Amino acid sequence: MTQTALHTAETLRSRSEAVAGSLPALLADAQHLAATILLGEHGRKRHGMGDEFWQYRNAEAGDSLRSIDWRRSARADGLYVRQTEWKAAQSVMIGVDDGQSMGYAGAKSRPSKLRRAQTLAMALAILAVRGGERVGLTHLADPPRGGEAQLMRMAAALMEERETADYGAPSPQILPAGSRAVFFSDFLGDLTPLERALGQAADRGVKGALVQVLDPDEESFPFDGRTVFESMGGGLRFETLKAGGLRAAYLKRLAARKDQLRQIAARTGWRYHCHHTSDAAEPSLLWLFRALEKGAS
Amino acid sequence: MIGPVAFTTPLLLLTLFFLPILWWLLRAVPPAPILRRFPGVALLIGLRDEDSQSDKTPWWLLLLRILAVAAAIVGFAGPVLNPHEASDQDGPLLVLMDGSWASARDWPSRIDRARALMEDAGREGRTVALVQLTDLPPEGDMPFQSANAWVARLDNLDPAPFAPDMAQALAWAEALEPGIQTFWFSDGLDHAGRDALLDRLQQAGPVTAFEGSGTLLALGPPRFEDGAIRLTGQRLDGAGAREVTVQGFGLDPAGIERELARGPMVFDAGETSAELELDLPPELRNRMNRFEIAGERSAGAVALTDDALQRRQVGLIAGSPDQEGQELLSPLHYLRQALSPTADLLEVALPDMLLASPDVIILADVATLSPEEDSDLQAWVERGGMLVRFAGPRLAGSDLARDSTHPLMPVRLREGGRTVGGAMSWGEPKALRVFDEVSPFYGLPIPEDVLVSAQVLAQPDPELASRTIAALADGTPLVTRSRLGQGQVVLFHVTANAEWSSLPLSGLFVQMLERLAISTRPVDPDAADLEGITWVPDVVLDAYGQRRDAGNLPGVAGVDLANAPLSATLLPGLYAGSDRRVARNVMAADAVLTPADWPSDVPVEGLRVVETEDLTPYFLTTALVLLLLDSLAALWLSGRLTGAARGAALLLVALMAHPGEAQDLSDDDILALLATSEITLGYVLTGDEQLDEISRAGLWGLGLTLTSRTSVEPAAPIGVDLETDELVFFPLLYWPVSVDQPTPSDAAYARLNAYLRGGGMIVFDTRDADIGAFGAGTPNGRRLRDLAEPLDIPPLEPIPDDHVLTRAFYLLQDFPGRHLGRDVWVEAAPPDAEQVEGMPFRNLNDGVTPVIIGGNDWAAAWATSPSGQPMFPVGRGFTGERQREIALRFGVNLVMHVLSGNYKSDQVHVPALLERLGQ
Repeated sequence: MTQTALHTAETLRSRSEAVAGSLPALLADAQHLAATILLGEHGRKRHGMGDEFWQYRNAEAGDSLRSIDWRRSARADGLYVRQTEWKAAQSVMIGVDDGQSMGYAGAKSRPSKLRRAQTLAMALAILAVRGGERVGLTHLADPPRGGEAQLMRMAAALMEERETADYGAPSPQILPAGSRAVFFSDFLGDLTPLERALGQAADRGVKGALVQVLDPDEESFPFDGRTVFESMGGGLRFETLKAGGLRAAYLKRLAARKDQLRQIAARTGWRYHCHHTSDAAEPSLLWLFRALEKGAS
Repeated sequence: MIGPVAFTTPLLLLTLFFLPILWWLLRAVPPAPILRRFPGVALLIGLRDEDSQSDKTPWWLLLLRILAVAAAIVGFAGPVLNPHEASDQDGPLLVLMDGSWASARDWPSRIDRARALMEDAGREGRTVALVQLTDLPPEGDMPFQSANAWVARLDNLDPAPFAPDMAQALAWAEALEPGIQTFWFSDGLDHAGRDALLDRLQQAGPVTAFEGSGTLLALGPPRFEDGAIRLTGQRLDGAGAREVTVQGFGLDPAGIERELARGPMVFDAGETSAELELDLPPELRNRMNRFEIAGERSAGAVALTDDALQRRQVGLIAGSPDQEGQELLSPLHYLRQALSPTADLLEVALPDMLLASPDVIILADVATLSPEEDSDLQAWVERGGMLVRFAGPRLAGSDLARDSTHPLMPVRLREGGRTVGGAMSWGEPKALRVFDEVSPFYGLPIPEDVLVSAQVLAQPDPELASRTIAALADGTPLVTRSRLGQGQVVLFHVTANAEWSSLPLSGLFVQMLERLAISTRPVDPDAADLEGITWVPDVVLDAYGQRRDAGNLPGVAGVDLANAPLSATLLPGLYAGSDRRVARNVMAADAVLTPADWPSDVPVEGLRVVETEDLTPYFLTTALVLLLLDSLAALWLSGRLTGAARGAALLLVALMAHPGEAQDLSDDDILALLATSEITLGYVLTGDEQLDEISRAGLWGLGLTLTSRTSVEPAAPIGVDLETDELVFFPLLYWPVSVDQPTPSDAAYARLNAYLRGGGMIVFDTRDADIGAFGAGTPNGRRLRDLAEPLDIPPLEPIPDDHVLTRAFYLLQDFPGRHLGRDVWVEAAPPDAEQVEGMPFRNLNDGVTPVIIGGNDWAAAWATSPSGQPMFPVGRGFTGERQREIALRFGVNLVMHVLSGNYKSDQVHVPALLERLGQ
């Protein structure tokens, strides 16, 4: 399978080759990943529109006659209304940062951050579609939809190369009210757009999770000697004579950045998770799934 | 020139003054930074380096670089150790070498010194001639040539095992023109006539002499005196006491040459000669063939022994017991007198004597022997013994050999004998006739006073003339001889005492016994003794004292052997005559070593060569190593030296420290030896132990089948690691495909492709024929596609009915393994292959299909446990066993196809195949 070759090909031909080559692979990976989580029917634990029986309750004033369950009422003195469990489909909006910084992979044995984020995103989408929910991508203008076809569309859209800056920023086009949202990014760029986006989301009652995808090299900073660091797009440049001496300072800043993200998330009722590309994807997917479920209750 | 070092381009050293500038320049330039793409750079912005140490190059790195540059500068300036100073001569150079046995001791250093001198002369453009006094060029010929031409020939020069002939050299030197400088490599000996030659050379130009160091040692010929071997050693200078070891060599009873004796020879201080007495038992003494001074490598230190040391054992038996008080009448008295100085005498009864197996038995007037003694004596003679009989009254009066020949008598005897010149006879006592050329006594002078007055007479006989080796003046035989088996029987027709003749009283008697090899000769053979015989060299010595087979060197006249000085035509060595062998040693018995004395105007130098050594490579290598260290240090400083790179660098440094030790028999060699000593089938190691074991057992089982049924007898199969092992040794590689085997590296694929192109065959087995057809996309099938993608595989097709695999050994149409059926794919036939009318198969492509792809799990069907039992079940019951049999037959066909190619595709086999096919 092709793990690199994203965002690298220059010509249309090779790009399309790369997409054609990796599209099924991404879906397959995501399917594989999603298969590790066993889905049960998960209701909303409250009455509402749905097929499953939820409860009988005494009819109250205002209940229409049509809603009364006559068969149940006939066995007792009062009138009962049959309620079903609410199963209205949720919308899950997924945002994957495809800024150039996401293309980084510290070692050949590891996938790039983007690749891992895409895999996680698609796996989440597959889980959501299987759960009967609708999924969509935040950067597209299309509304969220359900069904396998939507998965294919999403995969294609994810693989589509967008011209991006060094660091991406979430810019949700559509956030249906009350939906769930997940942003995948390394969150190494400016955090202001993120704060703004989360604020808007909170206004619309959208809750969700921030998943910070980091390469282990970014966590450990294993560099030494005279080094010129450049951002992936070449926009930022920093020269040091003794990279090893900066390790402590860098790690401190990284920790501060994580704290900040956690705070931003907490302020808006979102949840924060950090994932490393060297680790298996399953635990993070499981965490995501739980996080979205909790947010829904 | 600085001390012993000089420079060819000293001006270049001036650049050393620029080193401080370089220092300043280098200090200012820190090591180059690495460029890294790193998303976390956003977090780095604004950070400051704690210290700015590596802003400037560290001082030790600077020092390293300065040293490297300095070494390079010095290296390019061409440093030379021990440079030669040019001599002031410019005429031709004559290098004169004594080239005698005495030079052999330090010949290599002489050659080295001569080479150095010639190379010097060559640098000065002088012509050079090298002349060995023992091997003079034709008179008047001056072989002056360029120095290079001579230097190239130096290694082929060898000293000669004799001393130079100075008179001849002087004659040659007369042609020397003036203006020739001479370097004379003397062997340190004062050869006669040397002064005259030196004078002549000095007339032509300056002469410098070169002499070796150390003392020349020589060993004189061994003598036998008073029951012991005496050896005389000589040395050139008499300084200080010295002890040398003398070794005696000879053949041991097994015929192997080994050291048989050794003894110390002590030169007292101031003495130039020393003696060594070796008292050896006769058996050992007779085995000696040479003595050597241990550690001396010259012909002079080797003394060959000849018959002089080999004392024969002679048994004496008289017919009548000695009469007391009548010594002079005893039949044995004169024999004892003649033989005791040179032979070991044995006087016991005949049966005991035969047990001691002497070389010679002399029967003096013994006529009758018991039948048993007679036959024993005959047997002894036939084994190579020499029986000498003397006549006498008993023999004359006996019936022995009267009517018929007796084996132990050379001739038949007439009854009675005769007496001449006695009181009752008319004739005068007879003198001896001159010996014939065919006689062993040929050349011996006959004293006039040897007269025979009585003898036994031989019967006239056709063979009598040929058996007579000495006769009287009237032609009657005096000594007759006949061969018996490997030995001989000699009859003197007179008595051994002076009763019948005066022969035993004369010196001729002794000489005759010696010629008959009954006694041995004294140490110094005189010319008379050797005269008349052409002596053929048997073993000759070279100058180093090594014995060489003489080959077909021409023979030497006896006079020359005795008197002539050693020369190219008379090499020291062992010369063989009729029955005798004479050694000619470099040192004669009375020779003395005289040191050469050089006049004061001839400078004498030693042989030590002060080697001119070009130091350039050392300096340049040092510079390179320093630069290498510098680059490692720079890598380390800039943080690029991490992990594996650091290990590799350490390894590199370690290798530089021990460059020569990694030359063991590598694993590759072992594999090559294993795989090429016999036909070996290979299988690819997949990393799955169980699978590899099945492959191994399968190929082993197939090997058993091949061995029992065909002439192919493969060795135990070998597992091949595609990453490391060389593949070309294997005619066939079995490659089971499993899902989780690692993909080979590019290098491994390159090797695999080379293997396929070189005629190798890979059998891919996906082992999943039970669950899916070829290309159906089973996991193994997909893995196979991944694995085989980089391989250079031609278009494939399912095995056609007429593929040579179907008839390489067995006629087959199915190729089952553990699984049955399913197509097996091979290289496609060329598109133009057409079936000729009437032929059962097409004329298909040449060569062997490079791959066979199938999924029948053949190895499992072939797999045989060490006890010979099949390891895995195949099918059910008899049908299954049949399937296994067919699987094995397919394996046999496979190996046959690999080994014999399309041999069975040849149309020659058509008739036989048609018959087999029942058509």
